[in-house]
Amino acid sequence: MKKIEAVVRLEKFEEVKEALKNIGYPGMTVTRIEGHGKQKGLVQQFRGREYKLELLPKIKIEVAVKDEDVSLFVETVVEAARTGEVGDGKIFVIPVEEVVRIRTGEAGEVAV
Amino acid sequence: MKNLKDEKLLRGGLIMRKRVLILVVLIALLFLGISGVVFAQDPSGAKTIKENPGAAVDYVWVLVSAFLVFFMQAGFAMVEAGFCRAKNATNLMMKNLMDFAMGSLAYMAVGFAFMFGKDVAGFIGSTGWFLRGSDYDVGRYLLYMFQVVFAATAATIVSGAVAERLKFKAYLIYSLVISALIYPIYGHWVWGGGWLSNLPFGLGHLDFAGSGVVHLVGGMVGLAGAIVLGPRFGKYGKDGKPRAIPGHSITLAALGVFILWFGWFGFNPGSTLSAHELRISVIAVNTNLAAAAGALAALATIYLKTKKYDIGMTINGALAGLVAITAPCAWVEAWAAVVIGLIAGVIVVVGALTLENLGVDDPVGAVSVHGFNGIWGLLSLGLFADGTYGNYTTEAPHVVGLFYGGGFGQLIAQVIGALVCVVWAFGLGFILFKAMDKLMGIRVPPEEELSGLDVKEHGTAAYSNFPYVEEIGA
Repeated sequence: MKKIEAVVRLEKFEEVKEALKNIGYPGMTVTRIEGHGKQKGLVQQFRGREYKLELLPKIKIEVAVKDEDVSLFVETVVEAARTGEVGDGKIFVIPVEEVVRIRTGEAGEVAV
Repeated sequence: MKNLKDEKLLRGGLIMRKRVLILVVLIALLFLGISGVVFAQDPSGAKTIKENPGAAVDYVWVLVSAFLVFFMQAGFAMVEAGFCRAKNATNLMMKNLMDFAMGSLAYMAVGFAFMFGKDVAGFIGSTGWFLRGSDYDVGRYLLYMFQVVFAATAATIVSGAVAERLKFKAYLIYSLVISALIYPIYGHWVWGGGWLSNLPFGLGHLDFAGSGVVHLVGGMVGLAGAIVLGPRFGKYGKDGKPRAIPGHSITLAALGVFILWFGWFGFNPGSTLSAHELRISVIAVNTNLAAAAGALAALATIYLKTKKYDIGMTINGALAGLVAITAPCAWVEAWAAVVIGLIAGVIVVVGALTLENLGVDDPVGAVSVHGFNGIWGLLSLGLFADGTYGNYTTEAPHVVGLFYGGGFGQLIAQVIGALVCVVWAFGLGFILFKAMDKLMGIRVPPEEELSGLDVKEHGTAAYSNFPYVEEIGA
């Protein structure tokens, strides 16, 4: 099992959610976050002087995924979230030791 | 005379120190005022309307104009709040609310008498304290109502220049002093029959609706305040270069400029003080055109520099055009109003950026809008006055500027008036803020400035339940 954390653009979130539903992952945990990558935010202007928006709003999606689904899952997110411009986000794949469904007490891949 | 001023300022500070309520002082002064009771002229208006049945339309015109000018307080409040951070919005609302309250009372107590009372040596008015005695008269009350909204406009200009760091109680004292002394005494020199209006050049110093009396006074006192206070934290980087501190609502700032533009249709045309002066249509057109040209010129100027259609500077540009046309609005024709507005729009952008580069932090651009363009408005009158309108009357002598063959006379009167206004308003403003700083400190503590004045000074955030995010730039 793996946990996948995908940081995506606000405006791409609906597409990503839809694509994941289509490959059998309708459930997810979503957090509104702020951050910046190498490009360090956006330049804006106020009364003739520039300033940087260092931290930009993003959406973080967290899903636990069966090992055999990981590459499909990652490809699906990349395809749905990609614009080709800086700021498209990142995907992290993290090993998971155990998953337990609280309602039934089931553990392992059945609980994913 | 200066010593007398110092004494009064000191007294003001001591009053605060002893925590004597200002209201008590006002009431005490009110009792002193009773000694001067004279028979009233026409408190009911019966005599006035009998002698001049046409007075009714003039009264309606002047009062409606005054009410429009009152609404400009809302415009200033919106522009200032929009251009500043959300954490200081409550403070800015309170300042704009209370300067009108303090100003109305101070101007009723002494300001109106200093400005329009019986002249003493061309320097100061001396009758009509508390609108009593012979000033208990419909005509005098009409004049008070129209003038008090002007006094309050001068007062409220300053709140933008000193925004986000001045102690609230210092602002209350300042409001009292500008409305009771700084504004009315200079106003007397120009509008109350004082020495500037009798200069032996042109028709004397002229200022139709107050580019100098209202805006330059406010702009210069604001400059003094901004200098004594010093810049806000974060305004200048470690390299000493100015940084943007973005305001929290462009929407509110834009609403403010629409309200101000609207209010100006009372400010300038209303200054005929008579609906029988049909020149009001010319004044309204000039007012509108200068604002439009100011907005366009400011937009073009900042676009050339930054390649962005910057709304903040465009807002300042519209206001700059309005301020500049305020002095000459009755004496120029449409094309001249456009030229005056265009130049105002350039002045405001260059002025605001230059002032920041010199280390003066004026969060909303009040000094450039009202100060620099107040000067330009006064001077432009001496250049563009076209000889079609007289001294608040259609009767000759008419006002003629340099470009219409009037020679340098009027221009010289305008230069003198502008210089006197700068020295008077900046000088007294500087003394006032310095004196208050010595007596009680005028700047909030650093931790209060960083967390915002709203909660520490007023106990309430402007937008409870919303998180504040702060961006300070480059």
